[in-house]
Amino acid sequence: MQLWLIPILPLAGFLINGIFGRRFSKSLVNTVAIGSVVLSFLWVLKTIFAMGDLNTSIEEHYFTWIQSGTIDIGCDFLVDRLTIVMLLVVTGIGSLIHVYSIGYMSHEGGYYRFFAYMNLFMFFMLVLVLGANFLLLFVGWEGVGLCSYLLIGFYFDKKFATDAGNKAFIVNRIGDFGFSLAMFYIFKNFGSLDFDKVFHQAASAPEWVLTTIGLLLMVGACGKSAQIPLYVWLPDAMAGPTPVSALIHAATMVTAGVYMTARSWVIFTHAPGAMDVIAIVGILTAFLAATIGLAQNDIKKVFAYSTVSQLGYMFVGIGSGAFSAGIYHLVTHAFFKALLFLGAGSVIHALSGEQDLRNMGGLRKKIPITFWTMVCAWVAISGVPPFSGFFSKDAILLAAYQHSPAIYWIGVVTAGMTAFYVSRAMFMTFFGSYRGTAHAHESPAVMWVPLAVLAALSLVGGWLFPIQAFLKAMFPAIEEAGNPMLMYISVLAGFGGIGLAYLMYLRKPGMADSLAQTFKAPYQLIYNKYFVDEIYSATVVRPLIGGSRMVLWKGVDAGLIDGIVNGVGARCRDVGSVLRLLQSGNIRSYATWVLFGSVALLVAMGLLGGLPR
Amino acid sequence: MMNAVPISWFLTLSAILFALGVAGFLFRRNIITVFMSIELMLNAVNLSFVTFSYQHKEVSGHLFTFFVMVVAAAEAAVGLAIILTVFKGRSTLNIDDVNSMKH
Repeated sequence: MQLWLIPILPLAGFLINGIFGRRFSKSLVNTVAIGSVVLSFLWVLKTIFAMGDLNTSIEEHYFTWIQSGTIDIGCDFLVDRLTIVMLLVVTGIGSLIHVYSIGYMSHEGGYYRFFAYMNLFMFFMLVLVLGANFLLLFVGWEGVGLCSYLLIGFYFDKKFATDAGNKAFIVNRIGDFGFSLAMFYIFKNFGSLDFDKVFHQAASAPEWVLTTIGLLLMVGACGKSAQIPLYVWLPDAMAGPTPVSALIHAATMVTAGVYMTARSWVIFTHAPGAMDVIAIVGILTAFLAATIGLAQNDIKKVFAYSTVSQLGYMFVGIGSGAFSAGIYHLVTHAFFKALLFLGAGSVIHALSGEQDLRNMGGLRKKIPITFWTMVCAWVAISGVPPFSGFFSKDAILLAAYQHSPAIYWIGVVTAGMTAFYVSRAMFMTFFGSYRGTAHAHESPAVMWVPLAVLAALSLVGGWLFPIQAFLKAMFPAIEEAGNPMLMYISVLAGFGGIGLAYLMYLRKPGMADSLAQTFKAPYQLIYNKYFVDEIYSATVVRPLIGGSRMVLWKGVDAGLIDGIVNGVGARCRDVGSVLRLLQSGNIRSYATWVLFGSVALLVAMGLLGGLPR
Repeated sequence: MMNAVPISWFLTLSAILFALGVAGFLFRRNIITVFMSIELMLNAVNLSFVTFSYQHKEVSGHLFTFFVMVVAAAEAAVGLAIILTVFKGRSTLNIDDVNSMKH
């Protein structure tokens, strides 16, 4: 089946653009970068058609990667229904965003560098979803983290961008630490890292072993997929170019944690404790991130917190045992959130870099295509039936209700808030009167065509791709709630959010400010993101830096290690400075010493009675 | 006749000459005097060599003396050449002023 072609094509694009791109014209860079991704997408399609009914998975072995003692890890690729869904999302949306980037990046420096990194990202993401063992998945996992770092810090001459890149990289290390421990533990208990071998034995393993593994895997997922307490890097990651935010920090990379937990479903279904933790972390993240999103003024920050919140939803689905619903939401979210980000990018592009919602307004007439495509994403994320977000969010909420009604109700409130903050962003951007100064202009076709495709997918993707049913064969069946009441409630919450935003930002524009004045304390709390960054800074970062500086640097390094080395040298010099006095260079003083020595010898010989025999 | 002079006299003379040489070497500042003191010490040693050689009826003491005299002659040739050059260059024979190698 030549599965290796799927990731190798973007890798070739990366190598060609990375090595020769500086000398290429822009159109040649485009051809290489986009051509490789589109070819990869076509090869995915060919693979799917060649697989027929898709009921049997295929696995290909290329070479033995690591062999040492009992460790035997191969470079193996696996394709089953879950992989197919991920492959289509990654290569499909990846292709669209690559095309969009031609327009968005046209005025930016480092053009070839951007596309080389994007292709490298595609390579690692495809390795991540294709890998047939945990270690190969981890290779992709780390690789996409690297590309994320490189692209967040793409504008490396700006301090905040490089800081954001460092933050993303360092926070992800914490998650990766958990993932590594999980892999060690899996290997210790099951003697292998291959998915089929591990999952085959997992059903009969003791529950506490599986719970430990599950929780450690969840730590990894929390880092990559921006869940509490490790979500802080994702909002800052918006320092990168907007297509990067859309592709890596909304549609694909951040969903790697969801994919990984869904892939390890055998472990989680036998570890109900870990499942509960996932569901609780997910719903808390969804709720808190949504509240933060209510009060942000940077259009990309609103959508960034929205992404964190929606990822929380996916984990609620996973934690409730509805793995297929989680993946379903992953796919629809990839459509509408990529669209929201690309649309936001189009707005920012139109306003020559303006990102503050307070300086927008009334853009509906000026950039109509962007407006109408973003409306499609708006209705999809708000859960308006029959658009894509409605189906997947509803599937998750139904499963959550089966699991725990409390989670369902928090989820409903979150759905209302989601609808509210997206509506708020839409109203502030496109309605009312224009408050900015830049001259708005519509984006070129190369940008709005991908927007239009994503808009169509956001509208019809929900029922066009019944992913939940498609994945049903893979995952254990859960009870269908079949309660239309629950569905009405969540839809109502969505409309309520939109209506409230309409009231506050269009009908009575002063209302939002007066509410913020009335509820000053809570408003300040969410406006400042619950001061989480400040708390982390005070409790973790500063003690760590202070401890490193005072103890490790000044104490251990400068005091102990340098002290020993310099002390040895200094004592040698001290001894030398005394001995140096003998070496005066004055011949007659040497002669005096010789004389004294001779006299001393003679006296000694006299006292001892002649030469020793 | 040799019996008339005891061997200790020769050795005492040798020691006195050697001590004079050492004293000259240590306390005089003039290079030529220092040089002559060295010659004096060498010849004091030569005297004790010859004395012991005679005492033990042994020819190797004489041999050593010749070697020392050869070395002393060579040293005198080289040393005087150095002294001449130093004097040309510095117009002084004070040994304490000829210490530029030290610094």
